[in-house]
Amino acid sequence: MKFRTKESVVPGFGLAFGTTMAILGLIVIIPLCSLVVFSANLSLADFWKTVTSPRVLSGYWVSVSTAFIASVVNAVVGLALAWTLVRYDFPGKRFIDGVIELPFALPTAVAGISLTHLTTENGWVGKFFLETFGLRIAYTRVGIVVALIFIGIPFVVRAVQPVLEKIDPQCEEAAFIMGASPRRTFWSAIFPEILPALISGFSLAFARCIGEYGSVVFIAGNIPYKTEIAPLLIMSQLQEFDYASAASIALVMLLIAFLILSVNAFVQSCVSKRGGGLA
Amino acid sequence: MKNKRSADDEKKGKWTRLALIAFCEIFLLIFLAIPLVYILCVAFREGWKVYYASISDEYAVKAAWLTARATAWAVGINTIFGLCAAWALTKFAFCGKKIISALIDLPVTVSPIIAGLIFVLTFGRQSFLYPYLEKWGIQIIFAEPGIVLATIFVTFPFISRELIPVLNAAGTDEEEAAALMGASAWTIFRKVTFPHIKWSLLYGIVLCSARAMGEFGAVSVLSGHLRGKTNTLPLYVELLYQGYDYTGAFAASSLLVVMTVVVLVLRVWLEKRGGKELDVQK
Repeated sequence: MKFRTKESVVPGFGLAFGTTMAILGLIVIIPLCSLVVFSANLSLADFWKTVTSPRVLSGYWVSVSTAFIASVVNAVVGLALAWTLVRYDFPGKRFIDGVIELPFALPTAVAGISLTHLTTENGWVGKFFLETFGLRIAYTRVGIVVALIFIGIPFVVRAVQPVLEKIDPQCEEAAFIMGASPRRTFWSAIFPEILPALISGFSLAFARCIGEYGSVVFIAGNIPYKTEIAPLLIMSQLQEFDYASAASIALVMLLIAFLILSVNAFVQSCVSKRGGGLA
Repeated sequence: MKNKRSADDEKKGKWTRLALIAFCEIFLLIFLAIPLVYILCVAFREGWKVYYASISDEYAVKAAWLTARATAWAVGINTIFGLCAAWALTKFAFCGKKIISALIDLPVTVSPIIAGLIFVLTFGRQSFLYPYLEKWGIQIIFAEPGIVLATIFVTFPFISRELIPVLNAAGTDEEEAAALMGASAWTIFRKVTFPHIKWSLLYGIVLCSARAMGEFGAVSVLSGHLRGKTNTLPLYVELLYQGYDYTGAFAASSLLVVMTVVVLVLRVWLEKRGGKELDVQK
């Protein structure tokens, strides 16, 4: 099989391809390979012992469960936000559209200390919640979920928004003329169209939140078995120079992220085969 | 019957509309505006003098410079990479394109801590490269090169991902025509391709620099946490916060907040400019 499947008259392939592969190799391929090579030298028994130790298992559970809850909240809120931004006109709309990206641009550590300081017992928000609902936010799993919701906001909105913009108004008009109520129109004509984009935004946010570190370490309080997240476990192993354990924990996390993204890829390919949806 | 129904629907629609708008504005206010305003409030709570003293602290300035240097490196390398990758992936047909684009997107889904870990494994003490690095006197991890590498890794796809869709949509006809008329690669790029991607390139650079300045997890793994030497601004914020110097931590954060606001304004402006240009081209 020939490497270049079609000759092109445009020059510059060698230089562009060579530079691409050189940088890609140095930054992504070699470091990832070194993780694989390093893990290949681990003994299976040690690997298993590390990743099934109660503390590590609870770390995975804390990371996955909080990320899941936060992503579900973000899917619902993100859909509402995208809908409002695409369908309605109201004062301050442009401002809100710009502000959605804030969690993406704001350094995670800054978001982390601000959210933590706000939600401790003496903070503006923390005091209010403790006095009215008796709910502690900082240094509990609720706090982790709050930080992850903050981080995940842009993912769902930015996935759904373009699809919602492209939906043909004729579908809705047709549904309306045939006598469907607005609710029915939404659930039967619009929702199936945006569902693939919603799933893709949800999985991206989910995968990202599982690995999130900067915004969570401050608010979590890092109590073992309670609010200790998996990335922090890797961090503490690294600080003790126990690279074998760190790599083992990291491998399982990569596997979880990979699983989520594959499920998403599978869903998307089913949708595009069926011929529906735009994503 | 029909009229009554649609009147009801209209009323309901109006309420849904108002409720949704109110919900969104309140949600964003609570979640996004309050943390941002809070940072500034705490930073200035002891007055201008303390604020100025905190941000002009010797270590704060050094941390800010290190962050600026790492960002410059990341933006530079990623721009070169983004342009080359976009050119190679959109103008030519070859095997393995899908694998390459998947590898380019990979760094975003990897946890920042794992990003740091893989560089420690590559250049750290147990790596087969370590004896050579030691012989040549190059220190990568727990030093500035490590910070730069981590920053490049976490912002890796930002520029190429902006360029590839634009170049894909533009197709290769114009470049082919130029090549047949005898233009050199550099001329084609400058005169034909670059005008298409100008705004998306700037947009990518803005995104990339925002993330590069704020990176925390990966840099935290690779930094030696030496005050004034390998502490970037976000790490400096962490250090002060953990030392219970809240005013100092929030003052240093306020520098990063200013950067974020500049980025968001630039983003809106670029989208407007870029959008206009696209309309003209159509």
